[in-house]
Amino acid sequence: MSAMLLIEQALNGLQYGVMLFLMAAGLTLVFGVMGLINLAHGSLYMVGAFACAGVAAATGSFWLGLAASLAAAAAAGAIVELTVIRRLYARDHLDQVLATFALILVFSEGTRWLFGSFPLYLDIPAALAGPITLPGGIEYPLYRLVLIGIGLAVAAGLFWLIGATRLGVRIRAGEADREMIAALGVDISRLYTIVFALGAALAGLAGALVGALQSVQVGMGEPVLILAFVVIVIGGIGSIKGALVGAILVGLTDTLGRFLLPAAFGTFLPPSEATSIGAALASMLIYILMAAILVIRPGGLYGRV
Amino acid sequence: MNATKTLLAAAAALVTAGAALAEPVKVGMITTLSGGGASLGLDTRDGFMLAVKQANNPDLEVVIEDDQRKPDIAVQLADKMIQSDKVDVLTGIVWSNLAMAVVPAATAQGKFYLSTNAAPSALAGKGCNPNYFSVSYQNDNLHEAAGAYAATAGITKAFIMAPNYPAGKDSLTGFKRFYEGEVVGEVYTKLGQTDYAGEIAQIRASGADGVFIFLPGGMGISFVKQYADSGVGLPLIGPAFSFDQSIIQAMGDSALGVLNGANWSPDLDNAANATFVETFSAEYGRLPSVYASYGYDTANLLLSAMAKASVADADAFRAALKEADFDSVRGKFAFGPSNHPVQDLYVREVVRDGDILTNRIVGTAMEDRGNAYEGECKM
Repeated sequence: MSAMLLIEQALNGLQYGVMLFLMAAGLTLVFGVMGLINLAHGSLYMVGAFACAGVAAATGSFWLGLAASLAAAAAAGAIVELTVIRRLYARDHLDQVLATFALILVFSEGTRWLFGSFPLYLDIPAALAGPITLPGGIEYPLYRLVLIGIGLAVAAGLFWLIGATRLGVRIRAGEADREMIAALGVDISRLYTIVFALGAALAGLAGALVGALQSVQVGMGEPVLILAFVVIVIGGIGSIKGALVGAILVGLTDTLGRFLLPAAFGTFLPPSEATSIGAALASMLIYILMAAILVIRPGGLYGRV
Repeated sequence: MNATKTLLAAAAALVTAGAALAEPVKVGMITTLSGGGASLGLDTRDGFMLAVKQANNPDLEVVIEDDQRKPDIAVQLADKMIQSDKVDVLTGIVWSNLAMAVVPAATAQGKFYLSTNAAPSALAGKGCNPNYFSVSYQNDNLHEAAGAYAATAGITKAFIMAPNYPAGKDSLTGFKRFYEGEVVGEVYTKLGQTDYAGEIAQIRASGADGVFIFLPGGMGISFVKQYADSGVGLPLIGPAFSFDQSIIQAMGDSALGVLNGANWSPDLDNAANATFVETFSAEYGRLPSVYASYGYDTANLLLSAMAKASVADADAFRAALKEADFDSVRGKFAFGPSNHPVQDLYVREVVRDGDILTNRIVGTAMEDRGNAYEGECKM
């Protein structure tokens, strides 16, 4: 095992982490500001990927597809908020879970109805295809480096939005005391729609960017959704900073665990048992991490207890 | 076109000849028509129903239900079909875990089960049953084909990878059974994993000269796209499940040149196959997959048995099934002692044909390969 392999794996973990952040950011905003558990967040990720694949196939341009994914996911988010989610703020979490679970089924079967059961084709844009050589001789796919860049840029943009703009002030105020900002004359329902659409657009962006690397198919959002929940629990619910740190922590733990654990077991077990046990333990690792963090800080890393 | 007419005429002749014996046969098809794995079930159903439509036999009735890829639903459907629909034959299950939930109970109640895909080792060895026929293969076969051919393809130091679940472990065992080279890396991934950057980095560092993967469905699409983009460029081989007609379109040019072990291919040269590929494409507007070919063969096997024996006489019907007296799209087809096929296994390569990607046969991996668990089957 060389240092180069370790650095490459760390980059992989970072890339995985920033993509998880795009998902988790929307989820944590919606939960923090509106107190809503949105299981259908993964469906918005799928909407982004399908919109990008559909437009890219029709026009031949990945970048138009990317723009379409942002627009489609934000529009889907806004429509869902106006028609369904709005009625759920006053209800308890169980009702929210039930209703948003129903939305998953509606989105999945609706997408199947529109696009069919077969996975769609979406490829990396030609300008970003293939590996480049990094200092130190590491060959690394250019597209993944660009993903890291986009993810970090979006994170910076979100910090600026929340920390330095009027909308950000309202979002923070909404998190702290929603009755009070409504009493101060802020149109709270419009704010909610904007926040929900913003979260949806981020999920759609993640879906489109990751869709170029994976299979664009119905149900692709749910596995990511579970990880995004782990991320926001680790980071502290409602905290964008927590979502970023949590996402990178989960990305690195998962990627390095999958690679290092089987190797570690290999030092004292026969290879086939080591890979099998190592792989099983690696898939539990992020949940072990979550449990450990909750023991030490029950509110998550940056959450209020 | 002439071949089509001849076959249709032959099918019609069979039907007429069988009419004297005919006892209506009711078939229950349980397959996956919604959810993530729906494309496999849809192909199975369409292949099966194409053969039923071509035979136009009024004595054959088919009930089709969607198992949603859930074992509990598959069991409920099987119970309903056996008890209220009074089916004689069950078929159609795609997934091994669903087959394990349904098949032993169905055969114990004296029903026939014809497998269009799943054929787990547990039903091929100790759990074999005279009423259970696998028309497709035994689960290990396509992995064995890849393993037997890998050395021929110049893969002497293989990096092998599969998801960490029973079929994944069977896959790597099947690959190693006839592989003559060295295994330099063996990795089990998480079931449903979508990002393989970590594994690809390990492949790059392993010193391997080829890669074997069993990553069915979306997992394979993700891996192949990421692998092509990584620039590792070592030859890739796997079973047909990972590189089948419905899947390779979503991989795009990343899949070109990938080798895969199979027992059927659209370019397999025989009259029945030419008819099948032509009529399937005309009927459904897409090329058939291996799953469609298994569905088609299963229906034709059933029709051949109906022409020879009445389903009311279970022993005679079983013997008629075992004769496998039908024109398989695989050309050669016979059942071994454990009711699993003895057949030639090929290696195919993904190629571009005009606008679409498809598979072409590049070589024969094994001839007359049967079931590895034959010895454990006592019946």
